[in-house]
Amino acid sequence: MAARAIIETKDLTQIYGMGDARVAALDGVSISVHEGEFVAIMGPSGSGKSTLMNILGCLSRPTSGGYFLDDEDVSGLDKVELAAIRNKKIGYIFQSYNLLSRTTALDNVILPLQYDRVTERSTEERKKVAMKVLEMVGLSDRVEHQPQELSGGQQQRVAIARALVNNPVLIMADEPTGNLDSKSGAEIMQLLHDLHDEGATIVMVTHSNEIASHTERTIHLLDGKIDKIVGNGKKAKK
Amino acid sequence: MNSSEVFNIAWAAILKNKVRSLLTMLGIIIGVAAVIVMVAISAGTEATINEEINSLGANLVFVQSTFTRGGASGLPEGGLVYDDAAAIAEGVDGVSGVVVEQSASQTIKANGVVLDAVTLLGSTADFPSVRDMSIEDGRYFNDLEVDRNQKVAVLGSSLAEELFGEADPIGQDITVGTTRLVVIGVLEEKGLVGDVDYDSRLYMPISVVLDKFTQSQFSRIMGDRVRLIYVEVEDQENLDNIILQIQLLLAKRHDLPLEEADFTVTTQQDIIGTQEATTAAFRSLLGWVAGVSLIVGGIGIMNIMLVSVTERTREIGIRQSIGATPSDIRWQFLTEALLLSLVGGLLGVIFGVGGAWIFGSASGMRTVVVTESIVLAFSSAALVGAFFGFYPANKAAELDPIEALRHE
Repeated sequence: MAARAIIETKDLTQIYGMGDARVAALDGVSISVHEGEFVAIMGPSGSGKSTLMNILGCLSRPTSGGYFLDDEDVSGLDKVELAAIRNKKIGYIFQSYNLLSRTTALDNVILPLQYDRVTERSTEERKKVAMKVLEMVGLSDRVEHQPQELSGGQQQRVAIARALVNNPVLIMADEPTGNLDSKSGAEIMQLLHDLHDEGATIVMVTHSNEIASHTERTIHLLDGKIDKIVGNGKKAKK
Repeated sequence: MNSSEVFNIAWAAILKNKVRSLLTMLGIIIGVAAVIVMVAISAGTEATINEEINSLGANLVFVQSTFTRGGASGLPEGGLVYDDAAAIAEGVDGVSGVVVEQSASQTIKANGVVLDAVTLLGSTADFPSVRDMSIEDGRYFNDLEVDRNQKVAVLGSSLAEELFGEADPIGQDITVGTTRLVVIGVLEEKGLVGDVDYDSRLYMPISVVLDKFTQSQFSRIMGDRVRLIYVEVEDQENLDNIILQIQLLLAKRHDLPLEEADFTVTTQQDIIGTQEATTAAFRSLLGWVAGVSLIVGGIGIMNIMLVSVTERTREIGIRQSIGATPSDIRWQFLTEALLLSLVGGLLGVIFGVGGAWIFGSASGMRTVVVTESIVLAFSSAALVGAFFGFYPANKAAELDPIEALRHE
């Protein structure tokens, strides 16, 4: 029996501009990603992969089409509801880490907990939870360091810890190794693999075939449409 | 995100740019300090003037001459005369004292000491009670001595000390100009009232001053005309009635209808009322000036908050991506603007209170820090922060997370 779908989209369409200048950045994309799956999205620039990432990550809403995230229709939610979805259900890993500067690793990781309106935690509890994920990414000795005092790989680990801290159902990784040297990049990929092995659902955008080959499936986009979906010969967990 | 976390973020943002934050607050600081200092000066002035008015003596009515120029000679006609004072004392009920004053300046000699240009104050016998002065030693002259043009004198306290030192001046002779007077009393120290030093004066019957020391051309023309008669009433309750009696009596004496009276009757209350109206106008002017400076300060805050929103667009995007709602972002920036204005307001209060104190001790002017002015200035600053902080905060809240994240 197939695993439950975390992502299920139907005819996602995103149109920019008005009248003759209308451009369809996404043109009827229907995909599904199952719980525990590790999927890569690839495509040349202008193929719509960033637009797809933004919609899947609930940073924007599609012009039309349906999007069920964790069995909830999120395509019609307003800004406030989307913010809550981003907080509780999605963890982001960006190419440029996007940590708050002059803020310690610990405080960066605590941040999503502070915006959590569902689960009330005391300051002590938040700290405890954040310390736990920082330990998980191997940074328990760097918690009081600020981003500028950390290497690229370490910063990305803090970002991964931040993405994990609220136990999201989906991890969105946008070129997570794009700014890293190959050694740090490999370490970050290993960390993602470990997360995947523990059951995390990960959607990753990448330019690199080599990086994409780490995943179970690669969705190739072209001109806002799905070009092809390629299995990478790895067995899906569960 | 609870309020203390929002506060901490805003506070950290302010501390991150200390110089910029301080410069931004400057408008608010100056505005708030200006309100407090100016109100302190005006309140101090008002208190001083009220004390002066009260120290003239309580329950006073002032009857003033309004001279008219008439006839071919252009000489003054009408107005109050010396005898009007006696008429008021006799003919009006509820009057406890009537005083007429005439001053002059003379060289005086006594006990081997010579003093130039001493102010002589000629008055009637009710002077100490009407003008709220007390006798230290001896006595003041009486009505009989005024009527009889007696050459008696009463010394102000500092004048007595200058002329006689520790010695008892009572019964001593004193030569004023070329006239010899006998000292019969010394007044208690009164201190400065406004610019007037009552303690350095020589007091004598008004008849003596008019007879001996005002022989100028002007006073000959004036004859026995007086500018001002002080009337002390027994009871404030009867004030209106007494004023009417005085008006009717003098109109009858001067043979004029009331509408054409050559005098006016005013009370201390009238003077205090005028004073208060002036002060109120002054204060409202200050209020406007301070209000404008607070608005300018507010625009400064809005400006710097807009800069801050632009600089921190990426931070806003990061916060949005991990779950900050528009209202979270709005509160964060509104709190920062409020904090800027409140800290500015607080510094303004400190500088204002300190400034009022320093100004008071440096200039010798009395300053009274008014609590209401602190409350008003501080709450205006808070209001300004909220008002001018709202637009930038709203702008931050409305940012699109994708655009914000892309911002370099």
